[in-house]
Amino acid sequence: MAEVLVLVDHADGAVKKVTLELLTAARALGEPSAVVVGSPGTAGKVKEQLAAYGAAKVYVAESDEAASYLVTPKVDALHKLAQQASPAAVLVAATAEGKEVSGRLAARLDSGLLIDVVGVNSDGTVEQSIFGGAFSVKAKAAKGTPIISVRPGGVEAEPAEGAAAEEAVELPAVDAAKSAKIVGVEPLVGGDRPELTEASIVVSGGRGVGSAEKFDVVEKLADSLGAAVGASRAAVDSGYYPAQFQVGQTGKTVSPQLYIALGISGAIQHRAGMQTSKTIIAVNKDAEAPIFEIADFGVVGDLFNVAPQLTEAVAARKG
Amino acid sequence: MTNIVVLVKQVPDTYSERKLSESDHTLDRESADAVLDEINERAVEEALKIKEAGEGEVTVLAVGPSRATDAIRKALSMGADKAIHVSDDALHGSDLLATAKVIAAAVRKVEGVDLVIAGNEASDGRGGAVPAIVAELLGLPQLTHARELTVDGTTVKVKRETADEGLTHLEASLPALVSVTEKINEPRYPSFKGIMAAKKKPVETLSVADLGVDAGEVGLGNAWSSVVEASPKPPRTAGQRVEDEGDGGTKVAEYLVGQKLI
Ligand SMILES: Cc1cc2nc3c(=O)[nH]c(=O)nc-3n(C[C@H](O)[C@H](O)[C@H](O)COP(=O)(O)OP(=O)(O)OC[C@H]3O[C@@H](n4cnc5c(N)ncnc54)[C@H](O)[C@@H]3O)c2cc1C
Ligand SMILES: Nc1ncnc2c1ncn2[C@@H]1O[C@H](COP(=O)(O)O)[C@@H](O)[C@H]1O
Repeated sequence: MAEVLVLVDHADGAVKKVTLELLTAARALGEPSAVVVGSPGTAGKVKEQLAAYGAAKVYVAESDEAASYLVTPKVDALHKLAQQASPAAVLVAATAEGKEVSGRLAARLDSGLLIDVVGVNSDGTVEQSIFGGAFSVKAKAAKGTPIISVRPGGVEAEPAEGAAAEEAVELPAVDAAKSAKIVGVEPLVGGDRPELTEASIVVSGGRGVGSAEKFDVVEKLADSLGAAVGASRAAVDSGYYPAQFQVGQTGKTVSPQLYIALGISGAIQHRAGMQTSKTIIAVNKDAEAPIFEIADFGVVGDLFNVAPQLTEAVAARKG
Repeated sequence: MTNIVVLVKQVPDTYSERKLSESDHTLDRESADAVLDEINERAVEEALKIKEAGEGEVTVLAVGPSRATDAIRKALSMGADKAIHVSDDALHGSDLLATAKVIAAAVRKVEGVDLVIAGNEASDGRGGAVPAIVAELLGLPQLTHARELTVDGTTVKVKRETADEGLTHLEASLPALVSVTEKINEPRYPSFKGIMAAKKKPVETLSVADLGVDAGEVGLGNAWSSVVEASPKPPRTAGQRVEDEGDGGTKVAEYLVGQKLI
């Protein structure tokens, strides 16, 4: 069976959930080979997880340089392996970095690039959802090895057994004149709440929340539901909530079972990031707010009355 | 002197409805108002700040149909010095890789470039890859997704911020490519004087052949990927709506129970 290269997205010695989704998607096209690029010792820590999701091989591209330059070591590793293994496809997460890695790799390999896909079919076509979910598109690569970036949460991860046979890969030396050096990192401190793109429930607050302090109304409701917290760009710009939680066209795209919008007007750019949610609930003082046009259930009212009452009702049901 | 090229793109206004054309699945540019992408206003702003802090020249570069001149004029009226507009019918339907190739070829036309500044992601395609590919093709270090940029002599430093990884501090030496996020600055509004001055600023219009790019490498028919099918999803419709009469939260809870969501 043909090999399918999967770039492992990892942090602090653990794979990110999207890696498991990539390994699952890869199985539609062939046998997944996980590619670990990072500082020495990384592959040893993640190997078991990769085996549990069907990785037949684990290519180990480890060096101190691999972790201290942006993007290029990953492109170098995939480029070398793609030439060596003639894979059926290369799969990368459609994160900010993954999109850059896949773009550069496609340019180097002169290959077809398929971006931000939400499904990979066994005939080599992929599914995309564009303009904030307003259009569904089926596409295929026209040249070379398809280089595919897969949207986190786009495919459901399913376990499968894999041998995870290790194979070392030597990386070329980094050309410092052509690469950006990483001189410091301040990783996100993921709290106890689920990841925005992975959560089955998201509770978001907008400018209507009014201040950073008052965002605890949003957080309390989220915590009662075991949900992730999101924010509109206006809320982020006003300093109510950190940028990494922005939902929308220039923030994250979420598609949970349940999305609750508190004090969000529902501008088109916000909707672009959440309108494919299964069920949408909106609370807004303004009966004319456009968010009501897409809400399955809307309450015209003050979020400071409605949200705490809902939080209590949810808590009461849990007993 | 810092010689800066800013990559700007004209996009359909996100406030208007965006569609794909029925005939060839390319972006239907006629159906929506076209504007200079907001992220590129920030890219121009950042270039102008560097220019104003010392000496420098700012060239804006756009690859797009003839009406992209409006976007170019906007950037010039903010204060950029001159522009290059690559406009060619052969480019219709070009994908990201072809666009990046054309951009790279056009940047090479500008002598002694120290810094290329782009937006991190265009609002139409959400590709988020053109800057990285241009860096690849030009052999430049990429300092992308910058929420803070400093140029100090020949060193460029960037605070990169992405939603997945948090902050990464990057450093490289010039020449380099930087892409900016929407958190980097607030772009200025063009002044009346700026708008008048922009009308006289030089705009060089180039074809694909002028750049020495083979027409066989660009355009829809030569794309590295192709759309097989495209269909609009049925729009969402409004559901139930109630006024809060002191029981709004309870009503939501009842709805969620009814839907088996809690
Ligand atoms: C290129 C571009 C990209 C963009 N990207 C994004 C993006 O990624 N994400 C995003 O969200 N936006 C984005 N925007 C911005 C978008 O256009 C809106 O400005 C933004 O979504 C508005 O946020 P909001 O709904 O919180 O604020 P507002 O529009 O100000 O709405 C606040 C709402 O709160 C209601 N309210 C006030 N007080 C209360 C109360 N006590 N109880 C209940 N309701 C109350 C008001 O009635 C109002 O409807 C983008 C814009 C552009 C141009
Ligand atoms: N046709 C174009 N002309 C000029 N710059 C572009 C073009 N396409 C993309 N860019 C630049 O690349 C950035 C990211 O675009 P993208 O990779 O398409 O999301 C944009 O904000 C621009 O700075």
